[in-house]
Amino acid sequence: MTYALTRLPDAQLEPLRRAYADAIAAKRRQTTLGGAILVAVIVISAYTAEVQLGTLFKNIGDFFNYFIRLFIFDSGSQAGRPAWTDFAEWFWGLREWLSLLFDTILIAYLATLAGSVCAFFACFLAARNLGPNPLLRGVIKRLFELCRTVPEIVFALIFVVAFGLGPVPGVLAIAIHTIGANGKLFTEVVENIDMKPVEGAIAAGGTWAESIRFAVLPQVLSSFASYALLRFEINVRGASVMGFVGAGGIGQDLIEAIRKFYYTDVSAILLLVMVTVFLIDTGTQQLRHFLLGRDESR
Amino acid sequence: MSDGSRDAVIRSAAIRNSALADIAGLRARHPSVFSPGMGGRTVGFLVMAVVVGLLVIAVVRLDFSLVRMLSGIGELGRIVGHMIPPVPHSLPQAMLYLHALAETVAIAFLGTLCGAVLAIPLALMAARNTTINWVVQFFARRSSDTIRSIDQLIWALIWVNVVGLGPFAGLLAVMTSDIGNLSKLFSEAIETADRKPVEGVISTGGTKALAIRFGIMPQVLPVIASQVLYFFESNTRSSTIIGIVGAGGIGLHLAEQIRTLEFQAVAFIILLILAAVMAIDFVSGLLRQSITGKAQLTH
Repeated sequence: MTYALTRLPDAQLEPLRRAYADAIAAKRRQTTLGGAILVAVIVISAYTAEVQLGTLFKNIGDFFNYFIRLFIFDSGSQAGRPAWTDFAEWFWGLREWLSLLFDTILIAYLATLAGSVCAFFACFLAARNLGPNPLLRGVIKRLFELCRTVPEIVFALIFVVAFGLGPVPGVLAIAIHTIGANGKLFTEVVENIDMKPVEGAIAAGGTWAESIRFAVLPQVLSSFASYALLRFEINVRGASVMGFVGAGGIGQDLIEAIRKFYYTDVSAILLLVMVTVFLIDTGTQQLRHFLLGRDESR
Repeated sequence: MSDGSRDAVIRSAAIRNSALADIAGLRARHPSVFSPGMGGRTVGFLVMAVVVGLLVIAVVRLDFSLVRMLSGIGELGRIVGHMIPPVPHSLPQAMLYLHALAETVAIAFLGTLCGAVLAIPLALMAARNTTINWVVQFFARRSSDTIRSIDQLIWALIWVNVVGLGPFAGLLAVMTSDIGNLSKLFSEAIETADRKPVEGVISTGGTKALAIRFGIMPQVLPVIASQVLYFFESNTRSSTIIGIVGAGGIGLHLAEQIRTLEFQAVAFIILLILAAVMAIDFVSGLLRQSITGKAQLTH
């Protein structure tokens, strides 16, 4: 069976065609304008950021060479041989590096714990549904924002001046960042709880603190733990570069190796960091799945 | 108070009193509510023991001491005192910082843009439904993982070795770390795209490239755009510190002023950074809203 396509007479079709052409032209004008603005912004930014494509193309070989050189001994009796032919020589500083890595993990752990505990106590005051005082709530939310926005390395730089070199400023810097990041997430979790248990606790004569302990905590604790573990993963990465500014951990040895062109040391330390980060990511992921799974089975 | 709510209060008080009167009976009938089982308690106790044990190890090993903390906090108070008022020494110095701030924003913008452009092909190779074969997919995924596991600051140090000190190295560092992060997010977006438009293009005789262009791209572009904007925001934050290793931007001045204990200038720079980050967040929030708003309309 065939359908006869009705075709509008040209007189009626003409305005429709024109409208279509106009719409296409308008869309095209808009795209061209957007493209022109984008190109202008790119050119200005490229000028500001001193982009030198010539240098990049001339030296791009150095970039790939760098990674090749990372895995070849350049001095000593083994000079010129690939690093994996002699693990003892490649990982000569293994004992010290492992100890520094352990420090790095502890920095991340302590900072995550301290930051999450502070965020935990502050988040109930900052949450829209539980906060006792709107003014206090606003102040705490702004504080969270401030802690989050200033990068942790900046805090570390200032704390190194105040507390001296070593892991202490690193822990404090990461802890402050953790307060900001987890404070926001915790507050959001608390704002999304079911309020019925809270009403129940209040109706049975419970105080504010009691209602939080018995009506809110059971709902939020596993999400809190999951966010804290996620933050721990992020903080391990953060702690591994704290040493760049003298705030403890493996970063100190890493930046020294990079600056002094100890190529095989760089690759050895980077590999150790990558393996550690991978192991911690896998471990915490398992824990988080367990926590969230337990939450859903309720 | 209205009659209804007063009734409710009286009733709840009555329930409460009757419950309290029969507390022993309640305890006998619902033992699990009043005393949680030993299993749960043991697990909780073990977790606490591990948490506290690690805490003690960390505090001892990382050399935390009360004296050090107290003197440090005192010193910190003095530093904050020195920060007020947060003004730079001179106008030329302020202009220098503003220029460095512009450099920082330029690094974040171009770095994110170049990273996103390069991440798209990598994401197409890494996504299950658009990849060429499993070998390509495997290598695309592994290279994305490797790039992601190296911190942006380390990339900056490496690029400084290649193109020399300056903002260009910072741009390349932001770009490199974004290739890793964005290609993972993009490939996830591509994998969750609806298959039907792809099948439609293939059924009309389109090639695989056409299927990607007209079947998948229209679906994932809004997601990609909003993720790119999000990364632009977060890169503005991270590119403020990239200068610490000599890769351009305001971080260089910040580190310098902190090391020379010029805390008024430090406070000025931090305020500049905060203002810039807030401005960028605002603009990209508007852009993102317009993008996701449009995406919802077309669905």
